[in-house]
Amino acid sequence: MLDWPLLSAITFLPTFGALILLVTSNDEKTGAAQARSVALWVTTVTFLLSLFLWAGFDSSTAEFQFEEKASWLGGNINYHMGVDGISMMFVILTTLLMPLCILASWKSIENRVREYMIAFLILETLMIGVFCALDLFLFYLFFEAGLIPMFLIIGIWGGVRRVYASFKFFLYTLLGSILMLVAVVWMYVTAGTSDITTLLTYQFDPGIQKWLWLAFFASFAVKMPMWPVHTWLPDAHVEAPTAGSVILAGILLKMGGYGFLRFSLPMFPIASEYFAGLVFFLSVVAIIYTSLVALVQEDIKKLIAYSSVAHMGFVTMGIFTFNIQGIEGGIFQMLSHGIVSGALFLSVGVIYDRMHTREIAAYGGLVHRMPVYAAVFMLFTMANVGLPGTGGFVGEILALIGVFKVNTWVALFAATGAILSAAYALWLYRRVIFGRLEKANLKSIADMDRREILIMTPLVLITLWMGFYPVPVLDIMAVSVDNLVSQVDAALTAYHGVEAVAPAAEAVGHAAGH
Amino acid sequence: MWIYKLIVLLPLVGALLAMPTGRMFSARAAELLTSGLMILVAVFSWTAFFSVTGSQADLTVPLFTWINSGDFHVAWALKIDSLTAVMLVVVNTVSCLVHIYSIGYMSHDPHRPRFFAYLSLFTFAMLSLVTASNFLQMFFGWEGVGLASYLLIGFWFHKDSANAAAIKAFVVNRVGDFGFVLGIMATFMVFGSIEFDKVFPQVHHFENHTFHFLAWEVPTMTTICLLLFVGAMGKSAQIVLHTWLPDAMEGPTPVSALIHAATMVTAGVFMICRLSYMFEAAPTALAVVTVVGATTAFFAATVGLFQNDIKRVIAYSTCSQLGYMFFAAGVSAYPVAMFHLFTHAFFKALLFLGAGSVIHAMSDEQDMRKMGGIYKMIPMTWAMMLIGTFALTGVGIPGVEIFGAPLGFAGFVSKDGILEMAYAAHSGVGKYAFWMGIAAAVMTSFYSWRLAFMTFHDKPRASTEVMSHVHESPAVMTIPLAILAVGAVLAGMVFYGGFMGHDLAAFWGASFPEHGATHAVMTEAHHVKQTVAVVVWAPFVVMLLGLGIAYYYYIRHPELPPKMGQSRNGLYLFVKNKWYFDELYDFLFVRPAQKIGRFFWKKGDGLTIDGFGPDGVSALVLKITGQVVRLQTGYLYHYAFAMLIGVAALVTYFMFFGGAN
Repeated sequence: MLDWPLLSAITFLPTFGALILLVTSNDEKTGAAQARSVALWVTTVTFLLSLFLWAGFDSSTAEFQFEEKASWLGGNINYHMGVDGISMMFVILTTLLMPLCILASWKSIENRVREYMIAFLILETLMIGVFCALDLFLFYLFFEAGLIPMFLIIGIWGGVRRVYASFKFFLYTLLGSILMLVAVVWMYVTAGTSDITTLLTYQFDPGIQKWLWLAFFASFAVKMPMWPVHTWLPDAHVEAPTAGSVILAGILLKMGGYGFLRFSLPMFPIASEYFAGLVFFLSVVAIIYTSLVALVQEDIKKLIAYSSVAHMGFVTMGIFTFNIQGIEGGIFQMLSHGIVSGALFLSVGVIYDRMHTREIAAYGGLVHRMPVYAAVFMLFTMANVGLPGTGGFVGEILALIGVFKVNTWVALFAATGAILSAAYALWLYRRVIFGRLEKANLKSIADMDRREILIMTPLVLITLWMGFYPVPVLDIMAVSVDNLVSQVDAALTAYHGVEAVAPAAEAVGHAAGH
Repeated sequence: MWIYKLIVLLPLVGALLAMPTGRMFSARAAELLTSGLMILVAVFSWTAFFSVTGSQADLTVPLFTWINSGDFHVAWALKIDSLTAVMLVVVNTVSCLVHIYSIGYMSHDPHRPRFFAYLSLFTFAMLSLVTASNFLQMFFGWEGVGLASYLLIGFWFHKDSANAAAIKAFVVNRVGDFGFVLGIMATFMVFGSIEFDKVFPQVHHFENHTFHFLAWEVPTMTTICLLLFVGAMGKSAQIVLHTWLPDAMEGPTPVSALIHAATMVTAGVFMICRLSYMFEAAPTALAVVTVVGATTAFFAATVGLFQNDIKRVIAYSTCSQLGYMFFAAGVSAYPVAMFHLFTHAFFKALLFLGAGSVIHAMSDEQDMRKMGGIYKMIPMTWAMMLIGTFALTGVGIPGVEIFGAPLGFAGFVSKDGILEMAYAAHSGVGKYAFWMGIAAAVMTSFYSWRLAFMTFHDKPRASTEVMSHVHESPAVMTIPLAILAVGAVLAGMVFYGGFMGHDLAAFWGASFPEHGATHAVMTEAHHVKQTVAVVVWAPFVVMLLGLGIAYYYYIRHPELPPKMGQSRNGLYLFVKNKWYFDELYDFLFVRPAQKIGRFFWKKGDGLTIDGFGPDGVSALVLKITGQVVRLQTGYLYHYAFAMLIGVAALVTYFMFFGGAN
């Protein structure tokens, strides 16, 4: 392990960049240029630094690594950071998407560029912090504060109905975060510590667990988002600038799933088991309902937003199977969706920058003028429908395998998602890319330029890599997930006592056929 | 070892390099590169074929790990046995010839490098399907060929009908894949593995085993096999999931020959044969396979009777022939199913490419009512099409053997073989399949000859403009036809001994269960052939009957069919309109999906969730404060403020109480 605070460096380097931006030129034009290049440099260096995290990561242990601990606020709240196999890849995902977002905003953001870049850099710090925090209050701070720059990004650089969108977001999130805060304080008072590593082994009273679980659920379900608290997402996506959508779909949605894995499952295993049926139900509804809604959308971004909700349904479904395939599938699905949905929003951004409309009917026949774009968009469309060989497949099939062991009804309904996703995604592709190029204003549309190709290339390669050779990613999470599963199992076995074990053993013997 | 890796990977190399080559050099360079690689691969495949079949070889060439998750392990690997070897020659021979043929057929198309890239991509996906050593890799190839099929059907992306057909093909296949995926998951849950070599030896433990699926306790093997079979039905266009195949004819004709006749659509048959060890333990599932296959054979043949689009006739014929293969597999005669798959690849690809040559000659006309009277102008194509028709309708001399094999065209040998098997099964479903097969055979003969007569004979019905341009295709197109024609004539007689004759056991090795039902039905069939005259003569008689009817209507009295076309007879309309499947699905699935989606969106999300949720609350808030404008800028501050208060309260708490700990 390295003896310098790598996690803090990764987390706060972007903030340092934001501070630099404060002293850049006040002249509108040079200031903007400086802001862009500083932001790009800082996020790129952050990404490179985060690769050291990967290189130095020991995937043979479920312990937290790269730990840093410092006393803070009178010794009751510690500045405690660290990553394990579940959180580490999310840090990498964040640092990877950031420079691409900065590049994607290169030309499309022209007003208040400096402030925009500052908002993004601060946002990066807060997002990385969420995945690294090992103190309950520290986590809460990062988790909630991350919304502020996102509000600004949507509210200032967003579309026409940005105020409505941010208001909706606000109402949903407020409810969740208040409940979560109450739970956090309650946990601190009861357990006498806010240290997550300690809380992971603390056994909360089963009756209380349900309330705590629900309080956290309120916050995480909104973040995912799960049906029926998903309606803020399509509006937020539609109004957000391209890079905002990428971060929203790529990272912010993953915080809900991460929260389930870090808190709900290990800390409240009995409640998690108790509510698993509810989560399955909501997940299946999300998959089918939002897929059908996606089918009739007229706005490209809204369609992809609804498809995100459906994909997140696979994540929640997988996580609450409490078995290895389900949970690894859920995590993998989050990672691949981070790449694929990010890439899809970037793809929409490419044509939005040219035509300034997201309406599907305004396009058609783009392949005639934009063959490279058509190919890239095709790849991500296929990844979105979970074609084997793309990252989208691995998570989906693992989550399905996991859930099939637990509940075949859920597996059956969830599997219909593959049919519906093919329908809405290909139907979208056909209307935007294929057909005749008849609209006059599209006749001179230009294919992707070098900057855009530069943004897309890593995403294309990663999508294929995750599809054909996902083993490195799965290996990193393997031991941590294993540990999580056995921890949950142990808690459930202890709770249910011996009488519950007997039928389970019998079932195993039955499955073996003798 | 290296030869198998090259066979699978060279087409991928071709697919990846075709477009860059086309851009850097020329479209011709891309064509030569991909076709050259395919020639190489085809030669390798035949080498592999002769070294594997008859040698009892069964080896697995590991490549690298794919997925590792708990006890779920999947690796990329190539399983090489006789079954794979047969598929390798089928896929690569046809693919190679289609590549070459396309150089001529597509010569006027501006997007040739893309076309060849797709063809090679398809070949790669198909090869990874047939070499799969586990269910998931098979599924990879399965979906991969689906992607290639989607891309190639929609190759002419400016055509709305082509785009619609492409989406339809993909989505209908996904319906089948839905069953396939559930089958894979059930397999993993029951067997704890999805490697063929680990699953098959365990099967006998589960013959009378049940497991809990949905609300019921169901027989394990039957359920798994039926789920997997749903996948096969989708890919092989069996009745209920067949609707995409005729529409797929929107793609360029070489694509129809390669994907929608010779290779991809046979993947379902291949799947059943590959999983024969599992299906043997599920007699109910096999009975379903038999009935579905036999019904499809009959149904598709009826629809083929009155189609006027030359390609659609052949498409329905393919659907029907696939039905034969399925019911052969259904009565456990896997070797015979594979034999028909093998011979069918030659003569059906020949018919399609021949049809392509006709279309090419007729200035892209596909309606047979606007053809006729051109056999003298394109004699080579005509001769090739006739050979294909002989093979498809099963021309041969019953009861006469040459070197131990029946004397006749390829389709005669294998199709009569299938009918013998169905009869010899001595079961209810077997008899059903036999008679459906006979009924389909008479119609096959009729529509095939109808096609030949309408296309080539009688008076010309095309405009003089078109007629003046009718020309024979270039050698690059006719030579592949000739090679396929050789196969259509000889493949049956030459390979009979290995596939289903005396060398059967040595030829197939352990591809299928050695003893049990397969062995029994094949032995019985040889017996039946000697004793039951109807089995030997019925196919031959109905073949002549179909020819006679077609001759009567399309040569002797060509004025009759147009009159019949005006008919309002219910049965005629029913058949002519393809049993109204498309209309039914549109009514049952397509429209409701749109309606429900709109309902959920507007009434669910909009009216209910938002109405009672954020919009309702916000309306309430606005009512109370009445300060619309100021609030809008205030939300963020309120939020930040609320959070700050929370943080401040916490800090205060710690300052005063926390320090005491």
